Amino acid sequence: MHFVVCIKQVPDSAQIRVHPVTNTIMRQGVPTIINPYDLFSLEEALRLRDKVGGEVTVLTMGPPMASDSLRKALTIGADRAVLLTDRFFAGSDTLATSYALAQAIRKIGEVFGTPDIVFAGKQTIDGDTAQVGPGIAKRLDLLQLTYVSAIVDIDDASRSIKLERRSEGGTQLLQSRLPCLITMLEGSNVVRRGKIDDALRAARAEIVTWNAKDAGIEDLQLCGLRGSPTVVKRVFAPAARAEKAAQIELGAKQSETADALIETIFTKMPAIEADLTKLAAGF
Amino acid sequence: MSDPKPAPAPQAGGSRASMKKELPEKFRDHKHVWVFVEMERGVVHPVSYELLGEGRKLADQLGVELGGVVMGAPGEDVRNAAKEAFVYGADVVYTVEDAVLQDYRNEPYSKGLTQLVNAHKPEILLLGATTLGRDLAGSVATTLLTGLTADCTELRVDDDKSLAATRPTFGGSLLCTIYTLNYRPQMATVRPRVMPMPERQEGREGRIVPFKIDLVESDIITKILSFMPDRDSNKSNLAFADVVVAGGMGLQSPENYQLVKNLAAVLGAEFGASRPLIQKGWVTSDRQIGQTGKTIRPKLYIAAGISGAIQHRVGVEGADMIVAINTDKNAPIMDFAHLAVVTDAIRFLPALTEAFRKRLSPHSKDRLAG
Repeated sequence: MHFVVCIKQVPDSAQIRVHPVTNTIMRQGVPTIINPYDLFSLEEALRLRDKVGGEVTVLTMGPPMASDSLRKALTIGADRAVLLTDRFFAGSDTLATSYALAQAIRKIGEVFGTPDIVFAGKQTIDGDTAQVGPGIAKRLDLLQLTYVSAIVDIDDASRSIKLERRSEGGTQLLQSRLPCLITMLEGSNVVRRGKIDDALRAARAEIVTWNAKDAGIEDLQLCGLRGSPTVVKRVFAPAARAEKAAQIELGAKQSETADALIETIFTKMPAIEADLTKLAAGF
Repeated sequence: MSDPKPAPAPQAGGSRASMKKELPEKFRDHKHVWVFVEMERGVVHPVSYELLGEGRKLADQLGVELGGVVMGAPGEDVRNAAKEAFVYGADVVYTVEDAVLQDYRNEPYSKGLTQLVNAHKPEILLLGATTLGRDLAGSVATTLLTGLTADCTELRVDDDKSLAATRPTFGGSLLCTIYTLNYRPQMATVRPRVMPMPERQEGREGRIVPFKIDLVESDIITKILSFMPDRDSNKSNLAFADVVVAGGMGLQSPENYQLVKNLAAVLGAEFGASRPLIQKGWVTSDRQIGQTGKTIRPKLYIAAGISGAIQHRVGVEGADMIVAINTDKNAPIMDFAHLAVVTDAIRFLPALTEAFRKRLSPHSKDRLAG
C-alpha cells in the first residue's frame, strides 16, 4: 500500500522571540523542526507499512531549506521525500496550501502509485488552524478522518479501515473505506528513533523536488497570495493594560509576603473570600 | 463570471485600496450572521451560546438577522436546541433534521451545512473551535472555496462592513487581524470560553426555518460502530473553574509542579500549566492553559513561574483577577496581571499554600494536601 504523509517545517515555537520595539518576529537563529503533530501521523504510516507492506512518501511544501525536515523524516524511516517549492506558493493561506498539496498528491499518485491513505498532522504549532488536512481531503474527495487515536484494522482486499476517533465527550469507533485522509491525535503512538540504516540511506537519498509546473499546477491564480481568500491586514502585539500589575511588597519572610498577597486579593475582591472558604471546605 | 469587462487595474495608494476589490456580484446577496449550534447526543456545546452572544453584536452592527443552524436526527433535541438558540439571541433558526445526522460524521454534516449555506447565503458563519467544529469548518470552507480564520480571539465589523477576525499568530507570539475580502461567507471559529457567556433572555422567540437535505444513509460510507463516552474522571473542569492555579517554566523541574497542585488542593481550585510544561511532558495536555489548550475565565488565577507569552495571555485574559508570581518584574505577564509578587515561585508557593490554609480552614491543620 502507499501512504503519503504531509509534514511542515516550523520554527521551534519555544524559541521564537518578538523584537520588543518593532514587534516583528526575530527569525535569526530560531531552529526549525518537523511540526510535532506531524510525527504522530508519520509514525502511524510507518507502522502500517511495516504491518501490511508498501511505501511511505513524505511531502512538504515550503522553501528549499524545508528539505531538512524531509531528510529528517527519511532518517525516521520514510521511503521517499517530495519537496514542493516555488515562489508562487509564497503567502498561501490554508485554502491555497490545500490546493497545492492536493495537486502534488495527485502527481505523486501518477508517478509513484495512488495513495491508499494520506496522512496530515492534526494541526501545526505555528498556524494552529487544523484546516489543511480537511482541505486536502475535500479537494481529493477522500473520506476525512481527523483526531484519530488508533487504527484498529486495515484490510486492502475489502478496502476497509476501522479506527477510533476522538469526538466531543468520547471516542467513536468508526468503520470507513480507503482511500481516506487521516490526522492522528498527539500521544496516539510513540515516534520511533530511526535505525542507523535509515540514517545512512537518508544522507544519500535524493529528494524529489517539484515546482508548481512539475506538480501539475496549471492555474497559478489558485496559489499563494492570489489563491488565498483570507488577507492578513495587521500583525501586532497586544497592548498592555493601562496599569501594570501592582507589586506586593516583599516581607522579611515568605510567609509575610504571602499574608500581604492574600490581604490584597481579599481587599480588591471582597467576594472571593467567601468563595474560597466554600471551595476549600468542599475539599 | 457575470462581468465580461476586464478587471480594473489595482488602485495605487493605501494598502486597503490595493487589497479591497469590489465584492463580486455573485456574493452581493449574502446577508445575515449565522452561528452553527453544535449538538451531540442532545447536548448543545456551550461555545455555541458564547458565539450567539458574539454573533448578536455583529448582526446588530450590520443591521441584519442572527441565524442559528441546528442539525441532528429528527426529534425533540433539535427543537429544544432551537428554543435555546432564541433565548441566547438568535432571530431565526435553520433546522436540518435527518436520520443521517444522528451522530456527528464529517460527510453528512459537511454536505448538509454546505447545502444550507448555498441555499440561504449568510455573509458570516461562525463555528466553535472544538473537534467537531474544526473538522466541519475545514471541509465546508474548502467546498465553498471561501476564507476561514481559526481560533479567533476578537471579532469585529469593520467600517466597510467586512468581518475583522483577530487571532494569535506565529505560535502565539503575536496577534493578527484577518479579512476574507472577496468571498462569502466569511467563516471563523472561536475556542470555547474565549467569548463571555451571554445573558439568557427567557421567553425570547424567533422563526424556525426547516431545511431538507438530500442524503440517504446508504450513500454515507463511514459508519459509527460504537461510542465510548469519556469517564468523568478523565475530564478536568479547568475551563469552568472559579479558581485556577498554574505553573510554568519558572518551576524548573517536574517535581516542583507538585507545589502548584498543593496550593490548588488547599484552595479547592483546578490546576493547569503553560505550554512548555506540556511539551516537556511534565504535565498532561488536558491541563494546558492558553490558545492551544484551555481558555479559562476564573474569578482568581494564580500563575506561578509563567512568563506570559501571547498564546498564554489569550487563554487567561477573561479572569477577573490575575496574580503573577515571577522572578522577572519585566516578564510579559506583568502587562496583564493585576497583582504581582516578584519572587521565586518555588520558594513562595509553599508559604502561600500555608498562609491560605491557615486563613481558610484554621481549625483543620491535619488537612494539608499531599
